[in-house]
Amino acid sequence: MPALRDWGMPALVTLPMSRTIIPFGPQHPVLPEPVHLDLVVEDEKVIEARPSIGFVHRGLEKLVEKKDYVEFVYIAERICGICSFIPGPTYCQAIEALMNIPVPPRAHYLRTVWGELSRIHSHLLWLGLMADAVGFESLFMHSWRVREKVLNIIEATTGGRVIFGSCKIGGVRRDIGADAIRQMLADLKKIEQDTRDITRVFLDDSSVKDRLCGVGVLSRQDAYELGCVGPMLRASGVAQDMRQLGYAAFKDLDFEPITRTEGDSYARCAARCQEIFQSIDLIRQALGKIPDGEIAVKVTGNPNGEFMARTEQPRGEVAYCIKANGTKNLQRFRVRTPTFANLPAMLKLLPGCDLADVPVLVLTIDPCISCTER
Amino acid sequence: MTPISQEQTLELIPVDKLLERVQAMHQQGYRLVQISATRLPDKLELTYSFALEGRVAQLRLHLVDDVPCVPSISSIYWCAFLYENEIHDLFNLAVEGMAVDFKGTLYKTAVKYPFGSTKPPVAKAGTATATSAASTPAPVPPPPSATANTR
Amino acid sequence: MAYFQMSRLALKWVFAKPVTSRYPFEPRQAIAGSRGRLVFTRDTCVYCTVCAKKCPTGALVVNRAQKRWTIDRLLCITCGYCVEACPKESLELTTDHGSPTVTKDREFC
Repeated sequence: MPALRDWGMPALVTLPMSRTIIPFGPQHPVLPEPVHLDLVVEDEKVIEARPSIGFVHRGLEKLVEKKDYVEFVYIAERICGICSFIPGPTYCQAIEALMNIPVPPRAHYLRTVWGELSRIHSHLLWLGLMADAVGFESLFMHSWRVREKVLNIIEATTGGRVIFGSCKIGGVRRDIGADAIRQMLADLKKIEQDTRDITRVFLDDSSVKDRLCGVGVLSRQDAYELGCVGPMLRASGVAQDMRQLGYAAFKDLDFEPITRTEGDSYARCAARCQEIFQSIDLIRQALGKIPDGEIAVKVTGNPNGEFMARTEQPRGEVAYCIKANGTKNLQRFRVRTPTFANLPAMLKLLPGCDLADVPVLVLTIDPCISCTER
Repeated sequence: MTPISQEQTLELIPVDKLLERVQAMHQQGYRLVQISATRLPDKLELTYSFALEGRVAQLRLHLVDDVPCVPSISSIYWCAFLYENEIHDLFNLAVEGMAVDFKGTLYKTAVKYPFGSTKPPVAKAGTATATSAASTPAPVPPPPSATANTR
Repeated sequence: MAYFQMSRLALKWVFAKPVTSRYPFEPRQAIAGSRGRLVFTRDTCVYCTVCAKKCPTGALVVNRAQKRWTIDRLLCITCGYCVEACPKESLELTTDHGSPTVTKDREFC
């Protein structure tokens, strides 16, 4: 029997003979990042799951004491590699709210466009991982083939593929010219067509549906009580999307949160598929309305006060709490990442499922462990 | 689309009122957004953030004891156990009655309690007197500069 | 429920050209606007050390007295802040990503 950590619970040595403990992770084919689960299994059914995270804790929150608040944008951007762009503007938004910086409207629109591009690439990445988890290798390759086109747009407009590095306090660092906008719209058309081909397989094909339908049903009530966020919550029927707060340019754009009612893995997959098309639509709206003008304003002074900025990352709501005391170093920078909020729901979903469904269930919350552990 | 309301309120409450107020929040349909701790020179500041649609309501506790202790709210919001374990592991805050208690093993940091306790960092290891050592059973964390893995 | 949804996609790609390239023989085409390698022009530099001050990772070290500009390629994150700060436009980010480094030495210019 593998050694288990002491959880202050009845000793596991007293397990009945039919029960086994199967360690899942931290290294596992479906896991891109380290999270460990001790699965108590009876026959093929999971009875209990005990998580253990904290393998890659980096202590980025502590770095605010050493870096000044302008430089910290870099570190905020590097909190997550697959939500890539959105942490930067969220941090900037909090500082701008504290210092009352009037961000130019064009910068707001550019942030929105890049944010939605990063949502598309993150969801396509997730679709690929999902196909890999259900054992559909060629679908995985095709999802990432489409993602590559999105990354190319991102590289051409910001200069970086994963870490965009194009956001700063008071605006953005780069502008997108008229030619680049035309090129982007043409590329998006191809991406939309390719994504349609792929999502048709995800949503209609019997072999994928067999693995997803009815697996890990999370009721509307449970999803809300457990503090779920993002597609996880919307797939259970709660229409909550932080973009409704109208940050950046979302106040001028037209969209409705995508909700599903089933609450199972298929619903979560479908919600993410639909969100890709929603994001493409949002980019088209934003590029159609983008105003001319400045892209950044000069920032002077130091922030003072407290603010909690909330935005919608691909994985759900992210909350950045910032406490400043009028010096150039912030007093406290706290990040509540979406995966952190979705982990309790995963632990509630696992008991009762088949062992073979564990990878699917772990992936449906779209775990991003390195951003969870900052 | 028209943005939904985004007001943020902050309220300072005493520790013994915490469970009562959190229960009231739960009955009003608020969900837990996060719990965060801040180490200030003289105290540990805990902030519980709740949200209902766009509205954010925050409850704040000030803890001034040597070894602070708060009741767990995981009996009301089950998902709070992760935040509470995190704060225990990083800030050396005892939380009583967590739904799932990791007993300090959630984060495997090179330095125990890297974000410190409410005690201000001791300048020299030798200056701590015997009486103050006796009143703090938990090991006094090293100064923040010793945080692991950060450049 | 539909069966063999993938077959259409698979058939299409049986006849299409591969999207991958034979990498070492066929170098990747650089994308215009990409932040690649930091290039230093010695002739225009006045060794004002502004780039070293702006560098968030400390990859650049400039010695004014010895007129020496050095970079640690492994620390450089190609953020481009030094390029924006340079008063003499001696620094430039090219779109290619350069060759792999084999040693951990600082590069002297």
